[in-house]
Amino acid sequence: MSLLSTHRPGNAATGDDALVVVPARHPWRWVATGLVLIVLAQFVHGLVTNPGWDWPAFAGYFLEKSIVEALLLTIGLTAAGAVLGFLGGIPLAAMRLSRNPVLAAVSWTYIWVFRSVPLLVQLLFWANLGYLYESLQFGIPFGPGISFPTTGLISSFGAALIGLALHEAAYAGEIIRAGLLSVDHGQHEAAAALGIPRTRQFWRIVLPQAMRAILPNAANLLVNLLKSTSIVYVLAIGELFYQVQVVYGRTGRVVPLLMVATVWYVILTAALSVLQYYTERHFARGAVRALPPTPFQRLRRALR
Amino acid sequence: MTTPMVEISGVHKSFGSTAVLRGIDLTARAGTVTVILGPSGSGKSTLLRCVNHLEKVDRGLVRVDGELIGYRRTGDRLHELSERQILRQRAGIGFVFQNFNLFPHLTALQNVAEAPISALGRPPSRVYARAHELLERVGLGDRGDAYPRQLSGGQQQRVAIARALALDPKLILFDEPTSALDPELVGEVLDVLRDLARDGTTMIVVTHEIGFAREAADTVVFLDEGRVVEQGPPAEVLDRPRHERTRAFLSKVLV
Repeated sequence: MSLLSTHRPGNAATGDDALVVVPARHPWRWVATGLVLIVLAQFVHGLVTNPGWDWPAFAGYFLEKSIVEALLLTIGLTAAGAVLGFLGGIPLAAMRLSRNPVLAAVSWTYIWVFRSVPLLVQLLFWANLGYLYESLQFGIPFGPGISFPTTGLISSFGAALIGLALHEAAYAGEIIRAGLLSVDHGQHEAAAALGIPRTRQFWRIVLPQAMRAILPNAANLLVNLLKSTSIVYVLAIGELFYQVQVVYGRTGRVVPLLMVATVWYVILTAALSVLQYYTERHFARGAVRALPPTPFQRLRRALR
Repeated sequence: MTTPMVEISGVHKSFGSTAVLRGIDLTARAGTVTVILGPSGSGKSTLLRCVNHLEKVDRGLVRVDGELIGYRRTGDRLHELSERQILRQRAGIGFVFQNFNLFPHLTALQNVAEAPISALGRPPSRVYARAHELLERVGLGDRGDAYPRQLSGGQQQRVAIARALALDPKLILFDEPTSALDPELVGEVLDVLRDLARDGTTMIVVTHEIGFAREAADTVVFLDEGRVVEQGPPAEVLDRPRHERTRAFLSKVLV
């Protein structure tokens, strides 16, 4: 309004072209920024000066052998849980989308049950399976087979892995189903009209497009799983959180060791986030007209 | 007398309680262009989709090149074919959609090459060379590496036509191929259709482009409320319609 009103014809003598545009000032933004910076500085100051954090102990334990071994176990549990979980999720999603009412109902019930039971409770169930079934038998249903003692067959690590995988599969199934539903019906029709075989339709046409909707949720699930592995400490498995507890039980240095675990979880989550970024980028091909540059490409351009 | 390329007899189809097709009889000879006209809701698209079994007919038979579509007949029984067999039948019938339905995550070239490789099992190197030729034929030889969203609507529909041609179909079905296009892009797609018609491709085209029907069609079929109201050469049906409903429709479309 003000710009328009100053621009009157016949005003050229005062030099309208030379008018300077002054951006609006935002004093409260400066005040808010200042306050946030003060709080942040206080927090950092506390981290550095409070002896309770015991940074020398943190540094000493961060790469200690038992901690690194526990870390590897955590990564292994996460990876195995994720792979098994998503492998289980694919048939669950397919069954729930099936026109066969029995398959759909079984999948629905599985997801209902395994989303209802807390992971901790489930883990304890698997660890105590021996009380329920003394031996497990493999063979023809209701027929002959070979039997094994349950406790020999399912170690506590096995129990943890089964629990995590079954738990993950329920969530993964729903995430995959959501992705499949997000693919336009016309894509299924086009693939069918071209006579493309059914499995090829799924892997080549539908799934790559579903991945765009699946990935952000799958990444959430994966990060959640990474931290959920800390629950298996109840089965006395030497993953990161268990090992940290063992060490501070011995040394009494609770806070620095909790920080060791925390920082490792943060680093792993950061690594997963980077992985997520590039995977999402890969599956964005064709979905946007031109892919935005990666942070590295942006940096290189800025430095040039 | 040779057997017709397409033979539709007594086809009925309902969605729930709505009868969409109420006894359609239609034949199309090889090498001819059949244009289906009719008001919206008259069953044009449904009829087209019944020809390649994207929709199952409730009653009646569809034959393409003498082969029963979707069923196998033994005596007076019709056995539904397995999905694999139906997919094999569809690979011989091209289908071009109103909304193109290109695969957005594949390039134009990959879109064209996908079905010949996976449905017909042809060697990829030969398929890609031919896919390139087909894109050239529809005037897009230099856009093979573009993704569908980087192309205009008219270009996307031309890629979709090349994709249908890549299977060397005996018959191509077009479901309102220009209805989703901006007016200035309609011409480039119709040019490709005319070119195909001149080459003797058997085509059934559902469209509202009366001008195209007049110059390219061998037979014009007017459909209303799930029935064939009249059919014949374009000069007859378009210029001297015998039925009141055809006249009423044409007077609305030709304004």
